Amino acid sequence: MSFLELDRVAKQFGVQTVVDDFSLAVRKGEFISFLGPSGCGKTTTLQIIAGFLEPTRGAIRLEGRDLAAIHPAKRGLGVVFQSYALFPHMTVADNVAFGLEMRRVPQAERAGRVRAALAMVGLAGYEERYLRRMSGGKQQRVALARALVIQQSVLLLDEPLSNLDAKLREEMQIELRQIQRTLGTTTVLVTHDQNEAMSLSDRIVVMSQGRIEQIGTPQETYERPASAFVSQFLGKTNDFTATVDRSVTPARLVAGSWHAPAPVAVTGPVTISLRPERISFADTGLAAKIVTRIFQGNHWLYQCETECGPALVVRQNDGKPQPAEGDAVRLAWRPEDMSVRTAGGVA
Amino acid sequence: MSAAVDTAALASAAPQDERAARAPWLLSAPALLLFLGVLVIPLAMTVMLSFHDWGQYKGIEPVFTLKNWQEIATDPYYAEMFLRTFRIALLATLITAVFGAPEAYILNRMSGRWKGLFLLLILGPLLISVVARTLGWALLFGGNNGLVNKLLISLGLISTPLPFMFTETGIVIALAHVMMPFMVLSVWVALQRVDPQIENAAMSLGAGAFTIIRRIVLPQIIPGVLSGAIIVFSLSASAFATPAIIGGRRLKVAATLAYDEFLNTLNWPLGAAVAVLLLLALALIVVGSNALIERRYAEVFR
Repeated sequence: MSFLELDRVAKQFGVQTVVDDFSLAVRKGEFISFLGPSGCGKTTTLQIIAGFLEPTRGAIRLEGRDLAAIHPAKRGLGVVFQSYALFPHMTVADNVAFGLEMRRVPQAERAGRVRAALAMVGLAGYEERYLRRMSGGKQQRVALARALVIQQSVLLLDEPLSNLDAKLREEMQIELRQIQRTLGTTTVLVTHDQNEAMSLSDRIVVMSQGRIEQIGTPQETYERPASAFVSQFLGKTNDFTATVDRSVTPARLVAGSWHAPAPVAVTGPVTISLRPERISFADTGLAAKIVTRIFQGNHWLYQCETECGPALVVRQNDGKPQPAEGDAVRLAWRPEDMSVRTAGGVA
Repeated sequence: MSAAVDTAALASAAPQDERAARAPWLLSAPALLLFLGVLVIPLAMTVMLSFHDWGQYKGIEPVFTLKNWQEIATDPYYAEMFLRTFRIALLATLITAVFGAPEAYILNRMSGRWKGLFLLLILGPLLISVVARTLGWALLFGGNNGLVNKLLISLGLISTPLPFMFTETGIVIALAHVMMPFMVLSVWVALQRVDPQIENAAMSLGAGAFTIIRRIVLPQIIPGVLSGAIIVFSLSASAFATPAIIGGRRLKVAATLAYDEFLNTLNWPLGAAVAVLLLLALALIVVGSNALIERRYAEVFR
């Protein structure tokens, strides 16, 4: 049975539908990410779960209980906010202890739990500090400790790392993952950063314009994007238009000078999507000319102009000689590395 | 030889340094002169005036005497009057804080369009003269002809007019009304600095609505309330128009007393002494409370 369940949740502000038909079943202990561009409704959905907003339609259940009937203060969720929303007039310890105090945890036990929570996020010894004098990264840790210390069964994270610089963000991602694994807390993360979503989550919910585009593991959403939006949003993607040639047997899928046996169900003009790192330079295949070549340390990035439009190719820096700018090359890929879509739909 | 070269270099650098040092003074000279001309000199003259002698038939005599100050110190009339002034100011400040802080909080929670409209409604009175606003109170409550009094009497709810004119209560209410925008504005500014998600954060930690206000919101806007209180208190204690209209000659405060000494009794030295004492007392109270507030909240709001 699912632990946290959203059943056809929708939210409207006036005439504008911000979230529509959102259904999701989260397992206990799972790390789920809501991923999408800004304005896709991911934060709204999180706020509905937290109870800060009421859904226009639909139901939310936690362990079978209807959450909508429960006041936000009693829902038993830990929330970390993008702005951290810490209490600036309290010390770090008082911030973390606030949730325990509201739950009438005895004073003696409170101090111990606050110390343990701060130690877990690496802030032991910061108890008596005030927040104004702490860096963004440390404030973020306080916010996390404050949400963890009340030991709720669900943790909601609203873009918690977006205000940190790249290096710190990576560190916090690893730490967040470890903490979540240790505690086994069911976690919902809202993010617009695909790398963050992929490195942290068990499953990703890709959202666009208030709707779910795909729910799947990071690999599934990356390797088998369910829609053009997902393939564009998660990593980089090349889209080529191709046709099916039935004048030969067996039928062939043709894109410029590249061809392969056509999948059985496919007819008419289609779109081929494939990842830049799955394309290789070969003797036969799609004719292309290298426009720019960018060295990125462990790999090379090529921008090519092909018969079917621009293409992006990523090659590992394996020490072998690589084609240079202006070279004419042929691009090839294995049929199983591409996804084929008819106009608009999925084949 | 080399020593000579060094000193030559120093000599040429010196005038440039001097010019650089003079520049800030030159640039701020116009403002400083204006400040000196319209504030410092008149103030110094007022202080000097308070030590001059005055007599009904001889007028002002430019001699040094402590007569005026002795009179203020010994005559209980002045003590009572200053006490009344600060009592009125304190009560007006309390009322603006009690009503203004929630007003600002509610205003801050309104949605965009309404917020703009109500902010305008609150600030609007600042565009109208204090005299006009205070006269409004006089029209409503002024004796038998006051609109409210007339209405209440004709409804049979009261038999005599509500005592408002020439009462301390009247002055306090009218002052609180006049000063309200200053309190609302200063609390509103403090609220702008509060994270809009902070109440949600407190709620998610299990705090109820009352606890959120008491433990989370109020402590963060207290500095705003206090700075608003300093503004309202100092403006109320030195207010002239409102006490003059509501209190009239019957119920004097420091400012109206100084006015009367100057323009009715023509005892300028005594009026000057009253004015200087009011200024000193206010400066002491404001600077003192400001220092207290800054020390109390230094750790949190820096």
